[in-house]
Amino acid sequence: MSTDLIYPIALLGGFGLVFGVVLAIAALVFAVEIDPRVEAIEKLLPGANCGGCGFPGCSGYAEAMVLAGASGSMCPAVKPAERAKIGEILGIVIEESKPMIAVVRCAGCVTTEKSKYDYMGEQDCATAVILAGGPNHCRYGCVGMGSCVKACRFDAIHLRDGQTPEVDPAKCIACGKCAGACPKSLIAIMPADRDVIVMCSSRGKGKPVKDICAVGCIACGLCSKKCPETAITIEYNLPVIDYNKCTSCGTCAEVCPQKSILFKGKKQVAIGAEK
Amino acid sequence: MMNDILVLVIGAIFVNNFVLARFLGICPFVGVSRKLGDAIGMGIAVIFVLMLASVTCWLTYFYLLQPMKMEYMTTIVFILIIAALVQFVESVIKKIAPALYKSLGIYLPLITTNCAVLGLAILNVQSNYTLLQTVLHTIGASVGFTMALVLMAGIRERLEYADIPPSLRGVPITFVLAGLLAISFMGFIGML
Repeated sequence: MSTDLIYPIALLGGFGLVFGVVLAIAALVFAVEIDPRVEAIEKLLPGANCGGCGFPGCSGYAEAMVLAGASGSMCPAVKPAERAKIGEILGIVIEESKPMIAVVRCAGCVTTEKSKYDYMGEQDCATAVILAGGPNHCRYGCVGMGSCVKACRFDAIHLRDGQTPEVDPAKCIACGKCAGACPKSLIAIMPADRDVIVMCSSRGKGKPVKDICAVGCIACGLCSKKCPETAITIEYNLPVIDYNKCTSCGTCAEVCPQKSILFKGKKQVAIGAEK
Repeated sequence: MMNDILVLVIGAIFVNNFVLARFLGICPFVGVSRKLGDAIGMGIAVIFVLMLASVTCWLTYFYLLQPMKMEYMTTIVFILIIAALVQFVESVIKKIAPALYKSLGIYLPLITTNCAVLGLAILNVQSNYTLLQTVLHTIGASVGFTMALVLMAGIRERLEYADIPPSLRGVPITFVLAGLLAISFMGFIGML
C-alpha cells in the first residue's frame, strides 16, 4: 500500500487512539457521583422515552423520582411488578393509577363520494390538513394517513382497512403521543373502562353530515331523549356523555339512526365495510 | 513589535470581532446570552477551548500535516482535536462547577460544532501566523467573543423589562439586537 494511504489512516487512527485514552482517563479522574438509585430505577422503566410522564425520557423521570421526589405513579407503561420494585428502591409505596387508553373518536369516512381532491403530497395527516382541511369531505374527520400510527412507540395503534385508526387495548399505555399527532384532535385519553363511546367528532347537523358519512352524528338528539339516566346532552351538535351517570345500558347505541355510538366495543354496523 | 501585537489583538477584539464582524459562533451568542452569569461562564469555557484548540491545531498543521504533505486532512483533523478538547472541558466543568454545567446545558457540547473555533483554527494556519501570532490572535478572538456575549447578555437582561410586541419576544428581538450591534461595530473599520 502506498504511503499516500497509510499516512492519513495512521494519522487519524493515532489521533483517535490518543484522544480516546486521554478522555477515558479524564472520565475517571473527573467522575461525578450519581446516586446509584437513579440507574437502578432507570433499568426498571420501560425505556421507550415516550414522555408520557412529562419528563425528558426515562432517565429524566428516574432522576426526578430520586432527586426531586416526583411521584412514582406517573409512568403509564411500567408494569405492576416493576412499579413495586421501584417503590422498594425509593422506600415508598406507589399507588396504581387508573388504567387509561387512547380512543379515536371517529369511525372513518364511510362514504361513496370521491374525495375532495386527488392528494399527491406527503402521506402525513398534518400536512394534508393544510390543503383545505384534508382530502376527505368531512372536515372534522380522520384524514387516514397514519400520523398517529407513526407517533406510537408501543405499536398500539394501526390503520384498519388502511383508513381508520384502531387502538389495541392490550398494548396502549395512554402516553398521549398519538393524541398529540392528530391534527384534528380526534384522539382522547380516557379511562379504559368506559363502555359507551361516541364515534364521531363532526359538529355538522342533519343532511349535510349524512351525505358525506354514513356513520356520522347528525345531532338528531334521540340518544339524549332515550337515555334512561339522562346522562347525555347535545353540545355543538355532538352527544356528550356524563360518565358519572352512565350505567352502560346501551340504549343510546341502539336508538342511534346513524349507529355513531360504540357500545362495549361492538360495532352496530360493519363500519368501513362499504367503501 | 508592540505595534504588531496591538494590531493583532485589537483587530481581533474590535475590528474583526468574531461574532459581530465575522458572524461566527452565532449559536451560543443567541442561546446563552439570556443571563449575564451564563454568558460569562460560556465565554470562559470558550476562551479555554479556543486557547488549547488553536495552539494544538497550529502545532498539528505545521509539524505534522505540512511536512507529510497532508494539508487536505486539515478540516477533519482539526474537528477531531476540537471535539476531544470540548469533551475534556465538559468532564472538567461537570465535576468542578455543576451549576455552570447545568445552566450551559446543551450549549457546552455545541462548542464543538461552533464555527468560531474551527474558523479561528483555520484562519491561523491560512494566514501563516507564527506561534506567537497565533496565541495573540486567539486571545483577541476569545476575548472579543466573550465581550460580544456579555454585551448581548447585558442588553437582553434589561430587555426583559421592556414592552416588546409579542411576536418579537425572545429570539426575534435578539436577532434585531445582534444586527444593531454588528452595525455599531462597523464603526471600527479603518481604525487600524
